[in-house]
Amino acid sequence: MKKNIDQKWVALVGNPNCGKTAIFNLLTGLNQKVSNYPGVTVEKKIGKAQFANGDQFDLLDLPGTYSLTPESMDERIVTEQVLHWTHGENPPSVIVSVVDATNLSRNLYLSTQLTDLEIPVVVALNMMDLVKNNLEIDTKKLAQDIGVKAIIPMSAIERWGQDELLDAIHGSIKTGNFVNGKFPISLKKDYVNILQPLKELLLTNFSYDDRFATAQALRLITRNSTIDIYELLLENGFSVDKSFMSDLKEIRQKAVDDFEEMGVKHRILEATLRYAWLDGVLSEAKLIVDTNLSEESFSEKVDKVLTHSWSGPFIFIMILYFIFQSIFTWVSVPMDWIDSGVGWIGLQVLHIMPPGMLRDLIVEGIIAGVGAILVFLPQILMLMFFMTVLEDSGYMARVAFMMDRFMTKIGLHGRSVLPLMSGYACAIPGIMSTRTIDSWKERLITILVLPLMSCSARLPVYTLMIGAFIPATSLLGFINLQGLTLVVMYFLGTATAFVLAKIFSIFIKTKGKSSFVMELPPYRTPLWRSVFRIVFNRGKVFIVHAGKIIMSISIILWFLASFPSNDEASFNNNSIQQSYAGKIGHAIEPVIKPLGFDWKLGIGLITSFAAREVLVSTMATIYNVESDGDGVVELKVAMQNDINPETGKPIYTPLVALSLIVFFVYAAQCMATFAIVRNETNSWKWPLLMIVYMNTLAYGASLLVYQGGKILGFG
Amino acid sequence: MTLYDLEDGKIATIQSFSGEMELQSRLVEMGIMPGIQIRRIKTAPMNGPIEIKVRDYHVSLRQEDAHNIMISE
Repeated sequence: MKKNIDQKWVALVGNPNCGKTAIFNLLTGLNQKVSNYPGVTVEKKIGKAQFANGDQFDLLDLPGTYSLTPESMDERIVTEQVLHWTHGENPPSVIVSVVDATNLSRNLYLSTQLTDLEIPVVVALNMMDLVKNNLEIDTKKLAQDIGVKAIIPMSAIERWGQDELLDAIHGSIKTGNFVNGKFPISLKKDYVNILQPLKELLLTNFSYDDRFATAQALRLITRNSTIDIYELLLENGFSVDKSFMSDLKEIRQKAVDDFEEMGVKHRILEATLRYAWLDGVLSEAKLIVDTNLSEESFSEKVDKVLTHSWSGPFIFIMILYFIFQSIFTWVSVPMDWIDSGVGWIGLQVLHIMPPGMLRDLIVEGIIAGVGAILVFLPQILMLMFFMTVLEDSGYMARVAFMMDRFMTKIGLHGRSVLPLMSGYACAIPGIMSTRTIDSWKERLITILVLPLMSCSARLPVYTLMIGAFIPATSLLGFINLQGLTLVVMYFLGTATAFVLAKIFSIFIKTKGKSSFVMELPPYRTPLWRSVFRIVFNRGKVFIVHAGKIIMSISIILWFLASFPSNDEASFNNNSIQQSYAGKIGHAIEPVIKPLGFDWKLGIGLITSFAAREVLVSTMATIYNVESDGDGVVELKVAMQNDINPETGKPIYTPLVALSLIVFFVYAAQCMATFAIVRNETNSWKWPLLMIVYMNTLAYGASLLVYQGGKILGFG
Repeated sequence: MTLYDLEDGKIATIQSFSGEMELQSRLVEMGIMPGIQIRRIKTAPMNGPIEIKVRDYHVSLRQEDAHNIMISE
């Protein structure tokens, strides 16, 4: 096996919930996500870390996994990577195996699998802060027994032990020439004989050593997924003999048949033997503290309320309601600040700059457009904050636990809950986090309905229309009608997602059964520095997005809305109708008129296909060009006061607002989402299906609302 | 008897598995295997999955899968 020592890098591998990402953050200082929910780290995350002597190295954070025989998509990523290393693709100098010290045997299972790889392994014994003080670990002895370079006790949360960990990594790199031991688990003679042909096939085709060949032979008879990974290796250009795959399958089948004849359960052979060996080592080291199963942990006590048959679901619904109410009420203060700040900046520019085209462009195009979007920053940060806290505290796993029954009834999976709820923030991370769902059918259906969850980009549109046209009266004294409308819109999207999931589950047929073996991690106070990092990052992405897409669209739109014009110095109401933008809007007006939308909203609908929130900046730019008054016009007021010159009535009524909101609940507008779906499903078929069904739904529902509302005498 | 029949709060030892083989691999990889003691903690709302404590952690699995885990109290 080749080893490329020049490019030093280190891989972080561990179980879900072992605090791997917290260690990654501690060592690299990079912005990352720490979570309690099994398997949230699904992207490839690399950071730079530093040894005591100042030398830098790359650190790769791999998804959480329980073993090297994968079941779900993100576990497969780990196994695939590991196999690439053993096939000579720039392997890490050291693997840091992160272990939850409160859960030794299950975590060390993976560590010992990693020691078969011919790469030095250092164990980071994390969460030592939670270990009861009667557990004394002789780390030197244990390291020797299980065949790792070192075991370093530490706590990423309390921020200690990282220097020792770095030293251990450094030491393992320096000692370099790693000599591998033999396979630690003794196999019966019969087993060795049955595995021998499989081992030989691997040894002749690859530069495996005896230990790794034994390990892989065992893994090949454990799960079919191991064969799939060899097939992937071929596809990824790791050249092996053409006949290799057919030989592999044939020889494997023979071994499987032999084991079955002996009455040996081959699918659990490696795990059974490895645990027997590991449990032996651990009890000899007095590390198996006979777990007092009847002892009630703190989390269990909390769960008596939080996952109780009645109070559990009730509290969950109350939490959701609280989040959506607070998005509307609490953040109105900072929103007003931003709003007046934008107005103030517009006025300053108006005073400083000489009148002319450039000033109009900056005030009416850029400041009005970008400003209209920035107002929604507090709401998006707030939503992101709540989602992160729920996830990091361990509550999300409980939600999955409580919802699994309901979710399976509608064709989804308990693990669909987190992706669907992430969809309230943004569909893209939501779709990526579906990789923890182990069955393909349920994963696909989750992806297909996920964009119906109202994402934060729709929030500006909802807020604008609700704020302008739904009265802020209160019902029963405590329910704000505006907040209620918002909740109803989120509910509409969510309920439709559930109905469609059921329909899709009838039509999509795949083999394979799903299961719900999911860890319920202990409750923890969220790591606030990581929560604020995530929220800050989300805000940054939003602003950069606003800066790039929205600014350029605002500028283009300003030109389209301002030209051609008879008199370039002053625009009037008629000139915008004559402009290019006006012509485009009027051209599509016949199509959208039945929905109650005029030509201005038509322009907004076109631009919103780049990103939903662009509708708001588009309307802002149009009204600012139209008014050409002093400073920045407040969009809400402008829309309320817009009068149809023919009828003398307001153009936008509460009914039009409702119709538009419903359109946005359903419409497939964010092109980035469909690019991600294409990647995740590996086909254009599914994103196209989504675009068609969502837009059909949007038009139909909007038509129903507007025409139905008119018949009933509203608007 | 099976894990499905075990009352909430009761402790039992796993004897063997039957049925769905893929799930067995996953359970054993997580250290849930014959000879190991477990405590059934609760059943999720709406008669959903069950929660058990095993080794040092809590894990959930569906009732239909609990049918395939033979236990003795």
